[in-house]
Amino acid sequence: MAIKNKKLNLKDKYQYLTRDMAWEPTYQKKEDIYPDERFEGIKITDWSQWEDPFRLTMDAYWKYQAEKEKKLYAIFDAFAQNNGHQNISDARYVNSLKLFLSGVSPLEYAAFQGYARVGRQFSGAGARVACQMQAIDELRHSQTQQHAMSHYNKHFNGLHDAAHQHDRIWFLSVPKSFFDDARSAGPFEFLTAISFSFEYVLTNLLFVPFMSGAAYNGDMATVTFGFSAQSDEARHMTLGLEVIKFILEQHEDNVPIIQRWIDKWFWRGFRLLSLVGMMMDYMLPNKVMSWAEAWEVYYEQNGGALFKDLERYGIRPPKYQDVANAAKNHVSHQAWSTFYQYSQATNFHTWMPEEEEMAWLSEKYPETFDKYYRARFEHWDKEHKEGRRFYNNTLPQLCQVCQIPVIFTEKDDPTVFSHRQIKHEGERYHFCSDGCCDIFKNEPEKYIQAWLPVHQIYQGNCGGADVATVVEKYYHINPGVDNMEYHGSPDHQRWLDIKGLKPLKSNSEKKSAA
Amino acid sequence: MTIEIKTTSVEPIRNTYSAIARRFGDKPATRYQEASFDIEAKTNFHYRPLWDPKRTLNDPSRTAIRMEDWYAVTDPRQFFYGAYVGNRAKMQEAAESNFAFCDKRNLLTRLPEETQHQILRLLVPLRHVELGANMNNSKIAGDAIATTVAQMHMFAATDRLGIGQYLSRIALLLDGSTGKALDESKTFWMDDELWQPMRKLVEDMLVIDDWFELSLVQNLLLDGLMYPLVYERMDAWLGEQGAEDVSLLTEFQRDWFKESQRWTNAMIKTVAGESDGNREQLQSWVTQWEPRAYEALKPIAQATTGLDALDETRAELSARLKKAGLESTGVQA
Repeated sequence: MAIKNKKLNLKDKYQYLTRDMAWEPTYQKKEDIYPDERFEGIKITDWSQWEDPFRLTMDAYWKYQAEKEKKLYAIFDAFAQNNGHQNISDARYVNSLKLFLSGVSPLEYAAFQGYARVGRQFSGAGARVACQMQAIDELRHSQTQQHAMSHYNKHFNGLHDAAHQHDRIWFLSVPKSFFDDARSAGPFEFLTAISFSFEYVLTNLLFVPFMSGAAYNGDMATVTFGFSAQSDEARHMTLGLEVIKFILEQHEDNVPIIQRWIDKWFWRGFRLLSLVGMMMDYMLPNKVMSWAEAWEVYYEQNGGALFKDLERYGIRPPKYQDVANAAKNHVSHQAWSTFYQYSQATNFHTWMPEEEEMAWLSEKYPETFDKYYRARFEHWDKEHKEGRRFYNNTLPQLCQVCQIPVIFTEKDDPTVFSHRQIKHEGERYHFCSDGCCDIFKNEPEKYIQAWLPVHQIYQGNCGGADVATVVEKYYHINPGVDNMEYHGSPDHQRWLDIKGLKPLKSNSEKKSAA
Repeated sequence: MTIEIKTTSVEPIRNTYSAIARRFGDKPATRYQEASFDIEAKTNFHYRPLWDPKRTLNDPSRTAIRMEDWYAVTDPRQFFYGAYVGNRAKMQEAAESNFAFCDKRNLLTRLPEETQHQILRLLVPLRHVELGANMNNSKIAGDAIATTVAQMHMFAATDRLGIGQYLSRIALLLDGSTGKALDESKTFWMDDELWQPMRKLVEDMLVIDDWFELSLVQNLLLDGLMYPLVYERMDAWLGEQGAEDVSLLTEFQRDWFKESQRWTNAMIKTVAGESDGNREQLQSWVTQWEPRAYEALKPIAQATTGLDALDETRAELSARLKKAGLESTGVQA
């Protein structure tokens, strides 16, 4: 060993304070200590090549994070004390928080569990430590979100039982199955799915739109959480990029495996983001940007540059990217149509866009909105005003993989539903797209296990034989209070009271109609 | 006279989330409650894990311990993330000023060479034990059922990483931050006979599959013997060698252990009190592992404080276990 008399640089010092605490075991076999590291076929020849994506010792972590928490909770306290919920743009906004608390916060918790596990599974101590830091960060996010929204829960309906509903409500199986898929995979796929595809490639289309929505709609509690989590997210994104480069550099045999995972997780992520698209275009009273604009900036431009950069490793852009790009002008409208029809079974309210909002949609979607969607929405609006608010009482066919009802249309023809089916071991399975069908074909034994909410209701596993019972008893949705039409709902009434307004004429008509 | 700011009062329509209200009633809840109860997925999992196809995700059968409701295990410190980092930030501030003080006055480097050698041989290798504890607690956090249980182990995981880093920094103080002392200290961990029973124990613990067994062995049995031995008895012994300044650099560990017994004692009491089956299972693990933890620490005690000190800590642990209705073998408490 060379005689050391030079002071360690920061990089080496951090390594001494992390991975150097590990050692080569001799009393137990390495394969027994790290039994999950090989079954996916990923080859790691040298963990010492791992570059620490950030250098944060625990003492510094405690110090910085405690400062951030102190500031954050000071804002939460001030927000509650001053009844900050009265200053939001409009009570319809709170519905995006209901979607967030039941659809996204439980994923933060699942991420905590997943990262705690991979924080033990890898034999490379540098990677383990980085994953553990993300684990505790994700725990932070899941908990601060409960606290950020706690005050809203006291003044609005539909936020009251998010984790219970995440396990049960039909559309929440979309985000849940996404994360279950990642957590039930091996450690390398988990990181490709969550650190790379989710955190690095798609975070600006998932987490950020909710936080920007909060900023644009006067929600000080949630946006302050967003700012406070920003430096955590930056760390998670650096980890995501390091993970993918490290695996690709380790062995050429890893390239096709990673490519398959990128294809899969891009598509699963894209489908999951339909929920965010409808939130941005329909649920925010003050719009940040349209879903199509967000997709162009954050996926087509930023993602394009990223995949250009990864070309040197032999990685190409995700399969069916062209389908996703073409769908940006349709998905939010198709998703909102669906939620509008099935609002009797959602934990939030839906409504038809106001005149100005329709005009905004026409402007943002010049090629699709007026042509394919406006007439339907105007019709539903008219029906509602005439006392026939439309609810669809037929349960939809779900996609076996993404679990979204088969509502999306063909790339080349927005008037034809995209529907694929195959037979596997004598059973017929249905899919929303070639993307989801491919995912199934690669791992049929996994996706045949899916807990499909509609099938489960029909099989009698959800507490009742009719939708009304399932919704109330199994989902814990208070009928007419948490769900259905916004206009005339208790939330709407309370908002009018808060603002000291008498119901507008059109609204009171809607109310009496409802 | 008091000043009175007029505010509009707005009556809430409920006081807390429904899951919290089901447990504690519809009344204002604490931050600990809203952050810690029933936020973990419980049912309707979609796919069986490829790494454990016989079970589901969040499967309670990853331990032999059975609880009607794992949320019965709670944290007497009421730590959720914010409370945890706030507490540790204060502790690290004290540690930082101690390290700075020692550094500034060269309190370690002016110790006799033999004493410095003893620190590298007898104290610093514990950083590897800490890394094992870090890995074990991370695994438990990933496997445990209920947030109240999982988060305590996640906090323990990051605590142990931090403690390993403080121990490493003692060596960096000794060698002027070149890494030489850490390299030397690691050779003791790998090759010195004194450390081999401990290294074997730590490696054996890394293959324990049952997460509650692992928590018992790590957080109760090994820590329960090791922390009082090393950071109380050995600390006093080092003081007798003229190295009392080392105490400044291990104060974090003493405070930490005192605090961590609060949750480990509460956890074991609740779990053992749940059923005879649980108590019997715990007892068989105690019988199996407590003597091994004792044996692993024996050479270290013999080289420093003498065996009596280890027997004293064994009696302390025995008294702790007794409160949960568990007997440990070896020494009468």
